[in-house]
Amino acid sequence: MSAWEESSTARVVPPARPRKLAKVPFVELADGRLQGVVSSGSDIERVYVSSVAAGDFAFACSTNNNRPCGGARGSFCNHIGALVTEAVLQYGAERVARYLRVETADDAAAIAGAMRATRPPAADRAAAAQVFSRFLRHLAYLELAPTTAPLPEMQWFPPTRAAVA
Amino acid sequence: MVPADPGGGGLMRADLLTDPVDGLDEALAAVDAFDRVLAAGVLRPQPAQAAGLLALAGAVAGSPLAARAAEAAEKTAAGVGDEDHLTALAAARCALLGSVHDALTARIDEATGRGRAAAPPTGPGTPQAANLLAAARAWLTDLARAGWQGIDHELVAGAAPVVTAMLPDPALRRLATLLDGFAAELAASCPGATLERVPLRRWADLWSRALVLTVPGAAAVPPATGVTGRLLPLGIDLQEHATAVQAQVHAVLEPAGGGTPRLVRASVSVPKPDTVVGAGVWQLLRPHSALLAAVGEGRSMELADMPATAAGDLLWNDGHARPGEPADAFATARVVLATAEAAATAPLDRHPAGIAVPVLLEGYTVRQDEDGTVFDLAGQPLAVDTDRIPAAGPLTPEAVATSGACIGLLRWDAGRYLLQPLAVETTVRKKAVALHAGAWAGGTTDKLGVKAEKAATDAVAVLRERAGRLLRK
Repeated sequence: MSAWEESSTARVVPPARPRKLAKVPFVELADGRLQGVVSSGSDIERVYVSSVAAGDFAFACSTNNNRPCGGARGSFCNHIGALVTEAVLQYGAERVARYLRVETADDAAAIAGAMRATRPPAADRAAAAQVFSRFLRHLAYLELAPTTAPLPEMQWFPPTRAAVA
Repeated sequence: MVPADPGGGGLMRADLLTDPVDGLDEALAAVDAFDRVLAAGVLRPQPAQAAGLLALAGAVAGSPLAARAAEAAEKTAAGVGDEDHLTALAAARCALLGSVHDALTARIDEATGRGRAAAPPTGPGTPQAANLLAAARAWLTDLARAGWQGIDHELVAGAAPVVTAMLPDPALRRLATLLDGFAAELAASCPGATLERVPLRRWADLWSRALVLTVPGAAAVPPATGVTGRLLPLGIDLQEHATAVQAQVHAVLEPAGGGTPRLVRASVSVPKPDTVVGAGVWQLLRPHSALLAAVGEGRSMELADMPATAAGDLLWNDGHARPGEPADAFATARVVLATAEAAATAPLDRHPAGIAVPVLLEGYTVRQDEDGTVFDLAGQPLAVDTDRIPAAGPLTPEAVATSGACIGLLRWDAGRYLLQPLAVETTVRKKAVALHAGAWAGGTTDKLGVKAEKAATDAVAVLRERAGRLLRK
C-alpha cells in the first residue's frame, strides 16, 4: 500500500475556501447536483433555490415559496450563474467541473458557458424542497451547543493548508 | 546517544524513534489485510477477502477477543455476517491498533524519558440513546456490505438523519461528529466505482471507531475528579472537518501544594456550517473557554477544583478558572515539561492517530526533502508535518524552516513518527520572536488576522441573519 493509503489522516476533501456569503448564503455539491440558495436582490424575506444536475445540466430555480423563477425559462437565470460563481470560489473550478462532468475547468464563466451551450433541459422543481431543507439543516449548525468534553475522533481531522495555496 | 538538546527540558533520544518496533509490521499487516476487505465490501466475499478476515482474527487469537473474532471472521467470510459480527471485527481491529498505540507510546516515553501514570481500572459507561445508536450501526453495516467501491449518494445520504438527530445531544457528540465528517468525505468520493484510489487505513479507522462507539456506553465521558493548581499552556492543537472544529490546549498542570506536574489537555469543540473557516472557527470557540484568550495572551490560569479525567483531559468550565500570571510557553517547555508525567490513554482511545505528545526541540538543523520539512536532531531525521499548521495564525512553514527552537506534538502516521509544530522561536527582521499556531485563538491585532476576523464575522452575521428569518417559520 502507498503511504497515502496507509495514512490515518490522509486528506480526502480539501477544505472550503472563504467567500462572501451575502448573495449566495449556501452552495453545495450533493445529491448529484450543484445546488444552493441565492438571496433575492429586492426582497429580504425571499430566497431562490437553484440547482444544476451533473451530467445533463438539467436546471431548476424557484423561490422558497415554490414560485418559479421568471428568469429561468429556457435557460440558466442569473441565480444559477451566481451559484456557479460562488461554487467555484468555495470549491475551486476543477472540483466543480469534475462533479458536474463539464470538460472545461478554466473559471466559473467557462463552466457556466459550457453547460449553457448544451441547451440543457429544465428539471422539475421536486428537488427544491430538499435543497431548502438542506439549507435549513446547514443553518441549524450555528444553533448547536459547544462542548468541552474531548472529542478524540477529531484527531482524524487535522487542518490542512491546501486551501491557502 | 547525544541528546538533541543538551541544555533544557526537551532531552530527546531521536534515535529511538527510528529504531524498529517489535511486532509492528506483523500487526499492521493484519490491519491492512482487513482494510482491503472493506474496499470491495462483505456482501459477497471473495477468497482473498476471506483470507483478510481470517488474518485479522488470527492476529487477536491470543486475546480475550479470540473466540468472538474467529466466529465473526468465519461467518462474514461465508457471506452471512450480521451487525454483531461486524462489530466484533471492528473491535478486533481497534484492539490490534490499540496494541500498536501502546508500543509506539512506550517508545516515545523512552525517547523523552517521561513517566506515565498507570491506567485506572475501567467499567462500562452509562448507556445512551439505544435507538440512535442502532440506526448508526445499521448504516455502518450497509457501508461495510457495499464496500468503498460500492458507495453511492443514496447509501451515503443514509447517515444524514442519524447525524441530525444525534448532534443536539452532547452525550452523542463524539459519534455524531465522527459520522458527519466521515459521511461528508464519502459523499465527495461518490460513486465509489470510479475512485482512482481509496484511503484504506483512514476509512477503515473511521468505520471501526464509529462502529465500536455504537456499543451502548462506549462513548460515555469517564469519571472526573477536581484538580487545583497552576495551568501553564504549551500550545493549541486545532482539528477541523467541514462541519466541526475542536481546539485542544496542551498544558502542564502544577498541582497546588506540590507534587508531580501533569501533562493535561483542555478541549472545546462545536459543530459549524462548512462556510465558517479560518479565523471564523476561533470566533465560534472563543466564547466557551476563557483559556483560549489566556493562551493568546501568554498567560497561565489558576484552576480550582477543575474536573479532570484519568486520561489527562480537563472538562473545562470557566467557573473553575481565573487568569494567572504571564507564562511563556517556551519557558514552561524548558523548565517544567521534562518533569511532567503523562496520563494513561483511555482504553478506547488507544490508536496511533491519537498520539500527540508535547515535546521541546532545540539544536536541530532544518532541511527540505521531497516529502517536506525535516529536522535533523544530532544526525537523526524527524519529519515535520507543516501542513497541519492552521492557516489562521502567524506560524507558517517558512517560520518553522528558519526556527531555532520548536514546541510540537510528537505524532505517528503511515509508518513513521512526525512532529506537528505548535510554536517556534525564530528571528524576524533581526529580532527574536516566538510564533504560535494558536496565537489568534483569543483575538489578534495582526493586520492579516484582523482582515480574516472581519471576513469571518461577516460570514457568521449573514448566516445568523438568514437563520433568524428562515429557520423559525
